[in-house]
Order: sequence, then C-alpha cells, then structure tokens
Amino acid sequence: MIEVSNSLSDQLAACFGERITIEEGGTGITTIKVGVDDWQDVAQTLRDDPRFAFSQLTDLCGVDYLGFGQEEWETHDATSSGFSRGVEGLGPGRFNWQERPEASEIEQRFRVVVHLMSISKNMRLRMSTFAADEGMPVVPSLVEIWNSANWYERETFDMFGIVFEGHPDLRRILTDYGFTGHPFRKDFPLIGNVAVRYDEEKGRVVYEPVEIEPRVLVPRVIRDDSRYTADDIDQAANEAADSLSPGAE
Amino acid sequence: MSEIRNYTMNFGPQHPAAHGVLRLVLELDGEQVVRADPHIGLLHRGTEKLAESKPFNQTVPYVDRMDYVSMMCSEHAYVRAVEKLLGIEAPIRAQYIRTMFDEITRIGNHMLWIGSSGIDLGAMTVFLYAFREREMTIDMYEAVSGARMHANYYRPGGVYRDLPDEVPLYKETRWSKGKDLKRKNEWREGTLLDFIEAFARDFPSKVDEYETLLTDNRIWKQRTVGIGVLSPERALQLGCSGPMLRGSGVEWDLRKKQPYAMYHEMDFDIPVGINGDCYDRYLVRIEELRQSARIILQCVEWLRANPGSVMLKNFKVIPPTREEMKEDMEALIHHFKLFTEGYSVPMGETYQAVEAPKGEFGCYMVSDGANKPYRVHFRAPGFVHLSAMDELVKGHMLADVVAMMGTLDIVFGEVDR
Repeated sequence: MIEVSNSLSDQLAACFGERITIEEGGTGITTIKVGVDDWQDVAQTLRDDPRFAFSQLTDLCGVDYLGFGQEEWETHDATSSGFSRGVEGLGPGRFNWQERPEASEIEQRFRVVVHLMSISKNMRLRMSTFAADEGMPVVPSLVEIWNSANWYERETFDMFGIVFEGHPDLRRILTDYGFTGHPFRKDFPLIGNVAVRYDEEKGRVVYEPVEIEPRVLVPRVIRDDSRYTADDIDQAANEAADSLSPGAE
Repeated sequence: MSEIRNYTMNFGPQHPAAHGVLRLVLELDGEQVVRADPHIGLLHRGTEKLAESKPFNQTVPYVDRMDYVSMMCSEHAYVRAVEKLLGIEAPIRAQYIRTMFDEITRIGNHMLWIGSSGIDLGAMTVFLYAFREREMTIDMYEAVSGARMHANYYRPGGVYRDLPDEVPLYKETRWSKGKDLKRKNEWREGTLLDFIEAFARDFPSKVDEYETLLTDNRIWKQRTVGIGVLSPERALQLGCSGPMLRGSGVEWDLRKKQPYAMYHEMDFDIPVGINGDCYDRYLVRIEELRQSARIILQCVEWLRANPGSVMLKNFKVIPPTREEMKEDMEALIHHFKLFTEGYSVPMGETYQAVEAPKGEFGCYMVSDGANKPYRVHFRAPGFVHLSAMDELVKGHMLADVVAMMGTLDIVFGEVDR
C-alpha cells in the first residue's frame, strides 16, 4: 500500500508540478491541495490520464474553518475562573439564532474536500481546495467530470452555502423548503432557528422560533501534552493495566 | 383535438414502497416516467453537526441511527476513523468479533431487503420467511449488546465486551410451549458462539428456500429482468458501490480490495452480475448471503480457539473497569476524565470506509486536536444510489419505479443523515 502511494505522489508531482501541493498524511490517503482556478483541470486529468484513472468520485464535502483550533477551556495555565470556563464558549452549541456571531472575515474559510477512487489501480486520493471569497464562496463544479458529484455539491451548497459554478441544478437538498441559512457553518446555532408544529386552531403546520436553550455540557478542550505521543501512552498504560490485574492476561 | 400533456405525480412522502420518507416527484407521459426528482431530507437530523459538539465516544450511538438496518457496519466506519487518528488498533479478537458482526449485519440487512422488495413486487411470502431469520440476527445483537437494533457495541479501541456465555431464551407463553418452545430454544441453550454457529450452518438451506420462492418465479422475473439496466461505465460515473456496482459486472469489494478488520484472513468469493439489471442485483445479494455465512463460520472457529482481550488496555482512551476503579485512584481519575472530557485526538484528517451491506460506507473526519471532532462527514451509499434514480427510471413504466426503489436498497437514515 505504501509503495503504491509513494509512486502515486511522484507521478502527481511529475504531472502537475507547481499547481498542486502534495501531503503524505500519516492517515493513509495521499492528499493534494489544488488552487480553485485549477480545480476542474486537475480533476479532468486525474480522471482521464491512464496513470491515475480515478474513475469514481466517492465523496465530496465541505469544511468550515471558522474557529479551527479554538478551545473553550484554558488547559495550559492555571486560571482564576471556575466552572464557568466550561460552560461558556464560542462554538455553535453556545448561542441561539439572534445571538449568532457576525460572519468573521478569515482567509481560507471554506474548503471543499473530494475523495477519489481508482478502481483499476486500487487506490484513493483526497483532493481539496479553498473557495475564493468568504462572502460568497465559489468553486467550479465537478458534475461534468464525475456525475456522482451532483447531489454532493447540492448538499454542500445547502449545508455550507458554497456555490458550485456550472452545476446544472443547484437547489437545496436536505433542508426544508424555504429554509434560511446554512446549517453546517460554524456560525449557525446547533439548536437551529425555527421549529415546526401542527397548530390545531389554524389547522396547518406553523413555524416558530426554537424555544430550547443552547446547552452543551462538555467544553471543547485541546490537549497536546506528551501523554498523547503514541509509544509513551501504550507503554505506560499497558504497564499500569498489567500491574492492576495480574490474572487477566 | 385535445392537448397532450405530461402528468406530474407525487410519490410519497408517505408511501409504503418509498422505504421511508421519500418524496418523489414523477413526471409521467401516460404510464412512462419522463423525469424523477427525489426530494429528500425529511429525516435530516444533522448528525454530522451534532457530532461536532460531542466527545468522540458519544457519537457512536448516533452513527447506529444512520443506516438503521445495518447498524454495526456504520459504527465500524466511525470507530475506525477515530482509531486511525488516535493511532491505536483494536486487539485481534475484537477485530474478529467485528468481522463476524459485520457479516451478521449483512445478513440482517439483506433479509430486510429481500423481504421488503418482495412485498413491493407482490411476493408476500418471502417477507415472512426472511423475517424469521432476521429475528435471529437481531437476537444476536441483543445477546451481545443488550439492544436489538442500535447496538452501540463497537468502541474506538475494541468492542464493548466479550461474547457472552448465554443467550436469552424464549419464555413459555400460551402460544409457545412444550415442543414448540423447545424447538425455538434449541440453538440458544449454549453460548452465543454456539447459537451463531448453528445459525450460520443452517442458513444456506434457508437461502435455498428464498430462492425456490423467487429465483425462477415467473412474476418476479417479469418484474425484474431487464429493468433498470446500469452499464459498468455508468455505474462508476454515478458513484455506485456495493451490490449496485457488482450487479453491473464490476468486481469490486472493499473487503477483498482494501481489506480491513480481519477480512484478509477470510476465504470468500465476490459474486458479480452480468446484465446489470434488477434481477442480477438480486442474484448478487442472494449469493452474498451464502458468502456471509461462510465468513461467520470462519470467525466462529477462530474465536472459539483464541480467547483474549477485546479492548485495548489504554486508560487514556479506554475507561477502566468498575473493579479497577474500586482499587486504584489513578483508574478512578482516568474514568472521571474520560467521562467528563473525553480524550483529545491529534490534529489530522482521515477517511475510513467499510463495505456496508448497501455499498461503501465511509467516514471522513477532521480533528484539530480537541476532544471533539472538528468535522465529520459520512459517505452514505444510499445517498449516491438515490441520486442515480432519475437516470435509472427514465423511460420505464410507473410500476417499475417500485422495483427500482427496492433494488437500490435505500434507507433514509443514511440518505438524510
């Protein structure tokens, strides 16, 4: 598997050169980052070039990078604030529709990630790009190249508001008819915006603002201390466990 | 002279053949379908967003509810993604248990599929036969996890507990007693492994029974042969996977091509169709049932011979047992931290896929180093297959839409997520 990946990244580098950035992840799949202008060109080559032959698009999705790497609980230093550290924060589970934050201007907020598969070569590739403008993120559509992108792009448009230029039928797909907002954006509240119920008096379904309070119990915490270097934990934890239960193993 | 117009019809959201909450807007020319526009999302629960606000462990039961007919396969994709990011691997016994339960799940799923698509096309008896066996797969779920459907059994780092030594027995009632009760409990008197083995040994003969009902059935063949033909090229373009792809003659199965868990140790065959119509996809699924039984027997044999741990012993990720907590303060602290905060997963992204009964079920996960995933995306086979609906039914008769819906094997939990 590793040999295949290595030669794949060599071939990718040879074929596209400066236009892509290759990342050999430790998590299995080779990842390439593509500029949004080259998005369709690179995709077309990946499908048609016999060296790659990525005949299938298995998955396409969006990622919103607003608040990436932000935590809700200070873990590096001691602080004088108490429990409230854990119940206050910035995440989507912490506010309702009225209090939602203003859309922040960050560079490279919306990313589109595509997973490709080559049946003949038995390999996968992850390809991603950042949308050009955060106000109205636009990415060229891949429907012409892989037809399976059709609903995925509709879903990504629905959930993140990323517009796919050249998509034949870019409608909302999962949300309700007449829905406002894009629910998977990080500035969209977790509790949602409106609730529906059947009104006996009016004899029809009515929309009302949600009544539930935003409430997330576990704070978002980032810990990157030495506990999590794999070898250390395995060893330490195994020793601890073995000494505890001598008869078990 | 009267004007000839196309007729637009609503199919669903409340329709027994829609297999859930699908609203299908059909444009008809007489009885011929000109265009099909599926409206989905009526079961959209935002699982992916919910997962972003929960520690990694707490999402496992939500994943059960994605494809609520093949629960453990969905869990498998999710826990594999978490394990990959953490850099841990489940013990080998847990991997065998997962392999075995993936196949039990496959049988359960195909039983529901054959039953419901049989009913859709007017074969009532198959449903009754299939649910007889499906009940047993659900009993296995119950014996191992306590839940009949949403098992929450796989965990990052292994499976929740080892296979139990006993299986719940049927109790005596007014309708089930004496010889009848004895027959029902006959397989269940030993351990769970005994039950599973007895089931898997007997199962191929049950598959023969379904085949006598359907394979040469004139009506079944009239409704499925030559309906919804999908060429291998189009199947790939449309993103099909699993039996949909194999029915079109593409020999592609993740269990063989990109093996995970213990599938590389297993001896089984991949059935492939020739014509790519509904009938071929039916034959592929039927053969898969026999192959699943084969895999289960191989797992049972290994599991009998090799007792061992089914969870990693790593207190930074896996909670200690109750007994350990009573004796050791460290264990108690670990338990407290794991259940109030969870574990932080190193920054990175991964995509892990499993061959679920319906096709490739994948989990794409991005972590920024926190105790909750930054983004989770599930690649559901049903979503992609349903998007091919328009192309598949175009030019067919209205009644064939139902046959197509059955052959896609869609479940709205995973389509809408």
